[in-house]
Amino acid sequence: MSASLDPSLNAALGSVLSPRTAFSVALLAIIALFPVYTMLTGDTFVLTLFTRVLILAIGAVSLNLIMGYGGMVSFGHAAYLGIGGYAVGILAKEGINAGLVQWPVAIAASALYALVVGALSLRTRGVYFIMITLAFAQMIYYVSIGLDRYGGDDGLTIYKRSQFGGFIDLNNKTFFYYLCFALLLASIYLVSRLVNSRFGLVIRGTRSNEGRMRAIGFPTFRYKLVCFVIAGAMCGLAGALLANHTNFISPAMMHWTRSGDLIVMVVLGGLGSLFGPLIGAVTFLLLEEGLSRLTEYPDLILGPVLLLVAIYVHGGIQGLLEGRRRG
Amino acid sequence: MARSLLQIEGLTRRFGGVVAADAITLDISADEVHAVIGPNGAGKTTLIGLLSGEITPQEGSIRFEGADITRLPVYRRSRLGLARSFQITSLFRDFTALDNVALAVQAHRGHSFRFWRDARGDDELCKPALAALARVGLAERAGVRVDKLSHGEHRQLEIAMALATQPRLLLLDEPMAGMGPEESAQMVQMLRQLKGSMTILLIEHDMEAVFALADRLTVLVYGRIIASGHPEAIRADAAVRQAYLGEKQGGDHGGRHG
Repeated sequence: MSASLDPSLNAALGSVLSPRTAFSVALLAIIALFPVYTMLTGDTFVLTLFTRVLILAIGAVSLNLIMGYGGMVSFGHAAYLGIGGYAVGILAKEGINAGLVQWPVAIAASALYALVVGALSLRTRGVYFIMITLAFAQMIYYVSIGLDRYGGDDGLTIYKRSQFGGFIDLNNKTFFYYLCFALLLASIYLVSRLVNSRFGLVIRGTRSNEGRMRAIGFPTFRYKLVCFVIAGAMCGLAGALLANHTNFISPAMMHWTRSGDLIVMVVLGGLGSLFGPLIGAVTFLLLEEGLSRLTEYPDLILGPVLLLVAIYVHGGIQGLLEGRRRG
Repeated sequence: MARSLLQIEGLTRRFGGVVAADAITLDISADEVHAVIGPNGAGKTTLIGLLSGEITPQEGSIRFEGADITRLPVYRRSRLGLARSFQITSLFRDFTALDNVALAVQAHRGHSFRFWRDARGDDELCKPALAALARVGLAERAGVRVDKLSHGEHRQLEIAMALATQPRLLLLDEPMAGMGPEESAQMVQMLRQLKGSMTILLIEHDMEAVFALADRLTVLVYGRIIASGHPEAIRADAAVRQAYLGEKQGGDHGGRHG
């Protein structure tokens, strides 16, 4: 061992020990330990709350892929939660409980929806793109209200969670929690690979300067569309998890305010950062939970907090940890 | 004269009542440096846009290597070997200089539906990208983020990105825009080295640079070609002197150009 470290190694160590990384690692460790806390105290509240956090974080991770890295601000992302959830609920109601059927259907249906919406919306940009994604999500929302057989406006109770046979039992709270955690980590890892691959660089380049991308020879539309479909599929899985978590589906899952919540989580945590969506989901849902106990009008406090973050902090909480401020 | 690479015929583009390109007919030979000059608003940038595909013409045709490309989308033209640089620097600001050029290389190495492997460690992309950076004199700045580079370096990077696509026809939209005399001289030097290895269509306000580089010269006024030929002949042309060179004595850089 030499006394003076290689500079590149030094830099690597520096990035491992940066406040940003340290924070993410600490957060993951705490999340990993909640089931132990539940085991020791018998208190399941935290576990239930955080199962929900993890599931919505997967949705936020998928939104961050298109919005943070791809610059596609989708204001209809909750539609995928709904489609994934309804795939599970509808199949369960029809007596098909096998997870290996339900979940792939949830993912495929979401991907297909993303393909249609993306094909029609990705030729527009800015406000128009936002409005089209919102319009489609509203359409799906009203379709779900019209599904009388599946509860219509009232929603539908799922009596049996997805069945995987063998030792896998989604009714086991601890198991389900760790499954959600593992799927969240897998989705973050997937995004980390994607955004640094050739495909990812095309997506990020397109966000930065689409005209130039075309000028150097990229047919940008098809790359954006594929990215949009990947994100949709990922969020569809989150929807399947959510239906299993709540044992219930209803149109409220895909209300437009839910799409807004997902955007807020992503912006709050830090657009275009790997762990930002998780941090955003934790912060948002804890604030929502905590404030709703303190006051009847949690949004009255939540709103200004979000405004301050949006105005003053560049890069969300992740940016704050790096000491980045808006100039 | 040498083999013809690009044939423009009757190319017309109107924006409302303004005719930005008025029945432009022009023939560019392989390996020549062809400069297009003209006062502000003459339609020079429109011409580049029409050739690169960002603007579609209302009339006329463009043939490149014998093939009609009039309606081809931008990215397809890039694949055929047309590359452009932008008058107003158009880069990926949150990427490094190397990333910018590597993306241009990547666009021409198969498709990019590769989702897993880290593209930044890929020699197949980095090596040609570094070579393009070296060609414009930016090799040492490869790892620097674009927003940390100077204006002159941005201009160089613009060229490097165009070069990285291995163009047969390079469309340069005022490569010296906003540069000081020293940087301009370096740019002329660099472009002179490219001469002969590819065809260049150059739009430039810097007359010294134009006369130093161009094999042929075309003068554009109000979207119409008023003269085209060898630089010396153009210099002597009375109509040109009146329409353009005379009033340009002060030398006007930057600003808005049509």
